[in-house]
Amino acid sequence: MDDSKSHVEHSHGYGIYILVWMALMTLTAITVAVAGINFGALTITTALVIAAIKSYLVLQIFMHLRIEQKVFRIFVFVAVLFFVITIVLLFTDYSFM
Amino acid sequence: MSNDALAIKKNGSEPTYLEYDGKGRGIKSWIFSTDHKRIGILYLVSLITFFIVGVTFGFLMRLELIAPGRTIMDAQTYNSIFTLHGVIMIFLFVIPGLPAVFGNFFLPIMIGAKDVAFPRINLLSWWLFAFGGFLAVLSILLPGGPADTGWTFYVPYSVRTGTNVMLALFAAFVLGFSSILTGLNFVTTVHRLRAPGMSWFKLPLFIWSLYATAWVQVLATPIIGITLLLVAVERWLGVGLFDPALGGDPVLYQHLFWIYSHPAVYIMILPAMGVISEIIPVFSRRTIFGYKFIAFSSIAIALFGSLVWAHHMFTVGMSDTGQFIFSLLTFLVAIPSAIKVFNWTATLYKGSIELAPPMLFALGFVFLFSIGGFTGLFQGTLSVNIQIHDTSFIVAHFHYVMFGGTGFGIFAALHYWLPKMFGRMYNLKAAKTAFWILLVGFNTLFFPMFIMGWLGMPRRYYDYLPEYHIYHLISTIGSWILIIGLTIMFTNLIRSLRRGKVIQEKNIWGGETLEWSVDTPPILENFVDIPTVTESPYEYKMNEYSETEKEEVK
Amino acid sequence: MSSQEHAAAHVHRDDVGSRMGMWLFLFTEMLLFGGMFFLYSIYRYMNPEAFHVAAKELNTLIGAFNTAILLTSSLTMALSITAIQKNNKSLSLFFQFLTILLALGFMVNKYFEWTAKFHHGIYPGGEELLSRSPGEVLFFGLYYVMTGLHGLHVVIGAVIIAVMMRFTAKGIITQTNYVKLETAGLYWHLVDIIWIFLFPLFYLIT
Repeated sequence: MDDSKSHVEHSHGYGIYILVWMALMTLTAITVAVAGINFGALTITTALVIAAIKSYLVLQIFMHLRIEQKVFRIFVFVAVLFFVITIVLLFTDYSFM
Repeated sequence: MSNDALAIKKNGSEPTYLEYDGKGRGIKSWIFSTDHKRIGILYLVSLITFFIVGVTFGFLMRLELIAPGRTIMDAQTYNSIFTLHGVIMIFLFVIPGLPAVFGNFFLPIMIGAKDVAFPRINLLSWWLFAFGGFLAVLSILLPGGPADTGWTFYVPYSVRTGTNVMLALFAAFVLGFSSILTGLNFVTTVHRLRAPGMSWFKLPLFIWSLYATAWVQVLATPIIGITLLLVAVERWLGVGLFDPALGGDPVLYQHLFWIYSHPAVYIMILPAMGVISEIIPVFSRRTIFGYKFIAFSSIAIALFGSLVWAHHMFTVGMSDTGQFIFSLLTFLVAIPSAIKVFNWTATLYKGSIELAPPMLFALGFVFLFSIGGFTGLFQGTLSVNIQIHDTSFIVAHFHYVMFGGTGFGIFAALHYWLPKMFGRMYNLKAAKTAFWILLVGFNTLFFPMFIMGWLGMPRRYYDYLPEYHIYHLISTIGSWILIIGLTIMFTNLIRSLRRGKVIQEKNIWGGETLEWSVDTPPILENFVDIPTVTESPYEYKMNEYSETEKEEVK
Repeated sequence: MSSQEHAAAHVHRDDVGSRMGMWLFLFTEMLLFGGMFFLYSIYRYMNPEAFHVAAKELNTLIGAFNTAILLTSSLTMALSITAIQKNNKSLSLFFQFLTILLALGFMVNKYFEWTAKFHHGIYPGGEELLSRSPGEVLFFGLYYVMTGLHGLHVVIGAVIIAVMMRFTAKGIITQTNYVKLETAGLYWHLVDIIWIFLFPLFYLIT
């Protein structure tokens, strides 16, 4: 019952994918274009923020996270959180050397 | 008799998993079976084999240390022996340990499922385990000699030594992959295959602990995978990522190694805590005290346990801030562990305690794990850590946790569930005798290590000053007592599989979880009809009398 | 034959469960690369100048071109699933084929990029590289290990999609049962996401 319903929900039209693809290509163009400009410390932040937006789009639309059960989004959150906490703790050592 | 004929036996009952061979015959019906119960048994046999090998290496190590100077082997052999003891015990025994054997066998039954979510991946995971074990054995036998780096494979030595480190690294990588697949399977199974009515807070606590463990397996294991792979790449191509001569940082290797290997300690201990949470209510005839606290403390341990890894590295030149933060976090992880111990003792309080063998081992666990846990706090304290870092104090500590904890947890599980798995009962008296000998042997072996470590005896040393002789001597004698205990225990259990009293009753110990509602031994797909769960797993009627009394009142 | 017997023993089918298993596997892949991102960030933090200098030597144009290729391949992969959902088998096969072609294009580019660097002696243990500063050695070490492992994933992904094409052609993947294609797609998108981060970290942040 639950599964058959998810079949119906589990479809995107062609259109939205092409839109997302165009957004991804635009973001790539932007990140390449601004790479030449020196924002100082912000350079790396800009590049990573754009990469994060791109991944978000891929996760939500291409990987169907948006129409998946809630528990999948919690899973992704836990996995990303684990990664982020680990890298932060790693830097508590290295940035105070 | 063909299997089709067996599918429904003459008397109309379903075949047990031991009778139904599937397509194959003999050994093939086991090593190609996707039945979670058969896979559990495959792991059981493999694990006990590796355990015996590991014990043998440990015994040899202790024998060498019985007196200062050379006793039975040279220093290089000793280095290899302690490496093998560590690698085999960690990667081939305690890490797969309870989840692979009892998790595989009982997780589906305890949540009311016919199998795990991905039975074929489950089988693949055992094959990877067997392959990894084979590679580890190969690294011992091939020319070049077994790895001599310790189980930690620290760079730069692991990059330079001429022993078969490559094979050992690859073995650990494959074993990690096997562990990941088990974890992935368990998480999906718990989410998708719970029986109707089996809500999250009706899950047995063993399942909660396996669930938390499975997450650690999925998230932390890949990090050791890539780290070991990079050491292999380093040996092969000399990329320089961990080589100080090329700008690499060996301390960063240690970070990456412990980012996995500290949580791995919780992969080892959490399922054992789950087993204890099953056994204690059954043999005290009381509802577990603080169910939700125990359940959430498993998750909390998995979470906090992932944040404390650098306490293995306080002396390698970390920053002061880093040391401070990791020390603080280390103290935090003691809280959920203590919650569990408090809840177990509270469950015992005013219980009707029956000292059957599983219960004895469970109580042994609580006692030994508490010692191990408390001494862990010593080491989490920065100043004390400087004194005892890399001494035999550490060796004693983690053996109290890993052997006294997980090891006794596994023994408890064996005595608790083996009769259910095979339908035969072991000799109760022999089991109790074995327990007491093990307890005495264990403490005689490892307690002196606390003292000599405190006095400054370094770990992994081949030779020592005469002032440590007495402790080493006592410790070695302890290893003999321990081995006598192990021999009695395993002989008793193995003997019972053929000659033990046949039991057919479903509920041997009076447990309330689902595995006690199925046949002994369980049938092919566990349940004829998937049960509907209405009660919590530990609903002990206070006593039968009050039940009947209620009836009378009506 | 064995799968038939298996199916008989476990008639149970759970698409959500299959996808969940795949997601969990993707987390392990993510953290496999995560371990290397840890290394990258720490080494970058310790050698900012050298990383700056070394990153300039990578060809941003090839990198950007490869990014475009992978993003497009992600699109075709997603479209192939929609096609099968709409029961358009040949269109789905076409999109899967296109995805494989793009993957190959990515690898060809990568090949030229790597060989060019090799010619200049910039490879682990290469003379030119060893004459540089330790930070640059680390940068290129990470570059080869990370893009190499990513390339391996691209190849594995292409092989998996090829198998999916076979399944689609044989009617194992259908309008009502396409979870295999979905999970293959998930894997492919993750390979894309990893590249989304590798690209700026190696080619752009100069």
